[in-house]
Amino acid sequence: MLGLLLALPILLVVTAAASAVVAKSDRIARIVGTAGCLVTCGVGVPTSLVAVLRASRDEIRYGWTLPVGELHFGIDPLSAFFLLCIFLVSGIAAVYGAGYLLAYAGRRRLAPALVFFPLLVAAMATVVLARDAIVLIIAWEIMSVASFFLVIFEHDRPEVRRAGVLYLIASQAGVVCLFVLFALLGRAAGSFDFDRLSGAALTPGLANAAFLLAVAGFGTKAGFWPLHVWLPDAHPAAPTHVSALMSGVMIKMGIYGLLRILLLLGPPPSWWGVVMIGVGGVSGIAGVLLALAQHDLKRLLAYHSVENIGIIALGIGIGLLGVSQRQPFVGFLGFAGAMLHVLNHGLFKGLLFQAAGSIQKATGTRDIESLGGLLRTMPVTGALFLVGSIAICGLPPLNGFVSEWLVFIGAFLGGAAFAPGWTVYAILVVVALALIGGLAAACFVKAFGIVFLGEPRSDRALQAHESGAAMRGAMLVSALLCAAIGVWPAGALRLVAREAAELARIPAGAGPSLPMLSAIPRAALVLAALATLLTLVRALLLRRRAVLRAPTWGCGYAAPTARMQYTAGSFARPLLEPFALIAGARLEARGPDGPFPTSARYARHFGDMAGERVFAPAYRRVLHLFSRVRGLQHGRMQLYLAYILITLIALLVWQLSGLGGR
Amino acid sequence: MSAAGTLALQLAMLLALPPLLPGVIGRVKAWFAGRRGRPLLQTYHDLFKLLGKGAVYSRTTTWLFRAGPVVSLACLILAGLIVPLSGPRAPFGFTGDVVLFAALFALARFFTLAGALDTGSSFEGMGASRDAAFSALAEPTLFLVLAIMCLPGGAPSFAGAWTALSPVASGVGRAPWFAAAAALFVVYLAENSRIPVDDPETHLELTMIHEVMVLDHGGPDLAFILYGSALKLFVLGAVLVHLVLPFPASGSWTFAATLVAGELALGVVVGTVESIMARQRLQQVPQLLIGAFAIAAVGLASVTFQGVR
Amino acid sequence: MSGISELLLLLVVVLDLAILTSTRLTTCIRTSALQGVLLASLPATLLFEAAGRAPLHVVALGVFLLLLKAFAIPTLLFRAVRAADVQHEVEPFVSLHVSVLIGTGLIAISFWLATVLVLPRLAPSAMVVPAGLSTLLLGFLILVSRRQAVTQVIGYLMLENGVFIFGQLLVREIPLAAELAILLDLLVGVFVMGIAIYHISREFDHIDTERLTTLRG
Repeated sequence: MLGLLLALPILLVVTAAASAVVAKSDRIARIVGTAGCLVTCGVGVPTSLVAVLRASRDEIRYGWTLPVGELHFGIDPLSAFFLLCIFLVSGIAAVYGAGYLLAYAGRRRLAPALVFFPLLVAAMATVVLARDAIVLIIAWEIMSVASFFLVIFEHDRPEVRRAGVLYLIASQAGVVCLFVLFALLGRAAGSFDFDRLSGAALTPGLANAAFLLAVAGFGTKAGFWPLHVWLPDAHPAAPTHVSALMSGVMIKMGIYGLLRILLLLGPPPSWWGVVMIGVGGVSGIAGVLLALAQHDLKRLLAYHSVENIGIIALGIGIGLLGVSQRQPFVGFLGFAGAMLHVLNHGLFKGLLFQAAGSIQKATGTRDIESLGGLLRTMPVTGALFLVGSIAICGLPPLNGFVSEWLVFIGAFLGGAAFAPGWTVYAILVVVALALIGGLAAACFVKAFGIVFLGEPRSDRALQAHESGAAMRGAMLVSALLCAAIGVWPAGALRLVAREAAELARIPAGAGPSLPMLSAIPRAALVLAALATLLTLVRALLLRRRAVLRAPTWGCGYAAPTARMQYTAGSFARPLLEPFALIAGARLEARGPDGPFPTSARYARHFGDMAGERVFAPAYRRVLHLFSRVRGLQHGRMQLYLAYILITLIALLVWQLSGLGGR
Repeated sequence: MSAAGTLALQLAMLLALPPLLPGVIGRVKAWFAGRRGRPLLQTYHDLFKLLGKGAVYSRTTTWLFRAGPVVSLACLILAGLIVPLSGPRAPFGFTGDVVLFAALFALARFFTLAGALDTGSSFEGMGASRDAAFSALAEPTLFLVLAIMCLPGGAPSFAGAWTALSPVASGVGRAPWFAAAAALFVVYLAENSRIPVDDPETHLELTMIHEVMVLDHGGPDLAFILYGSALKLFVLGAVLVHLVLPFPASGSWTFAATLVAGELALGVVVGTVESIMARQRLQQVPQLLIGAFAIAAVGLASVTFQGVR
Repeated sequence: MSGISELLLLLVVVLDLAILTSTRLTTCIRTSALQGVLLASLPATLLFEAAGRAPLHVVALGVFLLLLKAFAIPTLLFRAVRAADVQHEVEPFVSLHVSVLIGTGLIAISFWLATVLVLPRLAPSAMVVPAGLSTLLLGFLILVSRRQAVTQVIGYLMLENGVFIFGQLLVREIPLAAELAILLDLLVGVFVMGIAIYHISREFDHIDTERLTTLRG
């Protein structure tokens, strides 16, 4: 089992190399790249599924030539589950990408996208399979670099370049934290091997420092607020199937890293759970508010990724709190909900990004204010976007509801069972999730409604056409999986039960079962039955009545235009006003003036507070400092060599003349 | 009573009783205004009338517009089946049904809002935007109240919570529950578009919230929507009534009778509030909702820190 | 016969100074070739003095070094010079007189360091450490003070020669593979530089490194 799973990243690297070799021909490269990915993911999904369900554990070690660490790989339920997520979402994204890249075929070389995509998937799989800190970091870096090259696929556009550079800086900043983390742990344990790390006796101070470093380091990749600033720029800049992959799985590698570190560290103190709840709540609420403020469809989806990572962090928080409060069932629910949400989010976010990509291809724009009425011209894409929207809002009967339900129940039970001082944090999770859910529903009503419903607001929306077969097929698979998890939650729980039990430190066995989960499919069935019944009743009633078509009631207005419809900005405004502190708005208004006014202008821009108030000023200050140091750099090589020579002689003289001491 | 009997009684209550509530409220408001007002059973007549009419659909709308009323009514009926109305146990209750309850309301709202945007009219868009804003702010309060409700019983289900609530029946220890009930009352008014959040009897589209979202519906669709809003009054009112009144621990008919009495009393209270207060300015509604949240938080604090378990 | 290796090493240091003082590129290359000849015979000579006989592989190494340093690399450099069409070194950063003075100073430092440096084993010849260090430091000096790219290559070669001389301290232990690896490194380095010089001169029409300073922060 492990051998087969290890062969898959190797096969992906071979695919990447093969695509590089045939890079000259776009068509062959596309076929080679996509086929390689599909075959690998096609093998990977069932294999990892079996590994998860059978809870297999295995290890392989190889020595290597580096002085530290060794090639130590292993599989356990946690790794197997994340492998399942990786291969599933990557396979779907690869299929979508095959169709999507066709649009670029003549205009630029497809090779970089086809070489680095399998490399990225291979790196992610290696991260998950690694059991040695050095291997993990090497794979992590390869993952960051490969995704960087994928993000700057359209590098002739300045905003894409800027987004790529920001992403690179952010991921390197995160890796610095990871270096420090593993250096500390490795020194305490005497080795970088995970087995030795987990057995090491860590002082509470070291464990706390390790936890915080893990949250910061892995959180940069995951997108916790305020470390999320690279997400909203990088995801729209990348090609759609890359955004789907990054948002769907790559940011979850941060969650995997955090969970793995939590498994390595000992039993958690209660304040760890509180930290995660705080991070999760802030990320979730800030993410959804900033998403409400966007009118670029992909940026909106990117901020929703921040929000969903917040939900996952809330689940982890309640899990940690449950473990530390000696309520293992609560811990189990929290971790199970968080991990299931990892899979669910990968599925429905992939679906939504792919639909957004289709919209962009069909209309040429991502600006929702110029779209509208696309449900008529793109019925399949629209219906699938609706499925994705309902899923991401956590509404029954789809998969988002199941994972949020698990976290909710964990929080409710925790509220009742925790010690008095800690109850309030569990209730805080409930309140935060409720607020996030309400705002998310509003945001997706806005997104779906403005884009697909009503009348087209511009010519670009008029000329939309349905997406290609490959793209539609990929989206359909995601939607079906969302529905499947939604109506079979017990089956989905089996995917995460063992690893959640392990994280919740429930001694042995498959983890508790949840008989109440069977009520959800029952409710879905009743809902469907009621809806069908009511539709039939209505059809019966209208059979002998007149059913007419007429224009929408416009209060008697003589010449309505499509531009008179409600805009996305106006829709979001009442929602954003109470939260002006987080989503501060800049208003540009030039009203009509004079007796014969000609034009007027009104625009609201929403900035990202983390980016503008925290990082940008810090960045400017650092840049200012380093521009002073720039004086040392002339570009003359001889001068650099002179520096080396002088230092060398000085050191020799200093050491050997006895002044430096031997 | 057997499970089938419970289901039958509950369905009967859900079909027959909800349209009574708008009638009660209307009658109370009329009494305050010194008028006779509409008949108590007027809503039933309206429903029958609408069911017999044809339909006119806007050319802008799609299948989503037609799906809206159906889906939201189905959600509300299912929510009604989750809450124990005819006895201590509900036909579809289970551990964790409080979350499903709130989620069904959210799903119903999603389809109503989407249907409103489908018409391509700015009136509906405006109403949808305001409704989305107010419900997003009301949602945390609703969940907080549900959490407070579930604290004594420990299990997040209506049946479990209400069974545990009964022994804490009347007396001083009931204060936190009254705080929660007050907060829930504000949410109740917001969700059902009553004064002071929205005026259900205004005729100006620019001032409407809920009414304008259904402006383009007619015939059976409007009947579904009308019945759905009555159902929402009834079902959410059941939750509110349980927080306030002592309920018998067993026995279906006494349970149901207490519930109906409580609902009618609630209708009178709502009518009184609607007659006494004026509608709040739209900008001030968020403050009202946040104030409700604060009251609920006070209730939570008194429950947890006074150990009233 | 212990005097021969010392004479060789002394000649090497003199040739270092000669390269340092000459301005004509062809002279520099020829002097460097001559230095290569001397160094090629160094390993065999040292072993001969120490043990009375020289094993075959050391002699073969010496022949290989001869071919490399006296023929292959100078030919490459001559070709580069012809392609770049330069004859004279332009005015260096440090004037010739000053560089001679600095060079003498560096030689003095290396002799002093030779007395102070604690070595793991006795040197086969008393001149090895001073000659090695001075060749190294003088090579460095050339790298620092000259402008023409070809002269930079020569400075790099001198640097490698200094390292090679130092390596003779371990003449009994250093395996053949390691020697060859070092030489391979040298060869590749010079090869790459030669190609680079050719391309730079073709692209920019000069190989004056002073004009190649725009790539900076």
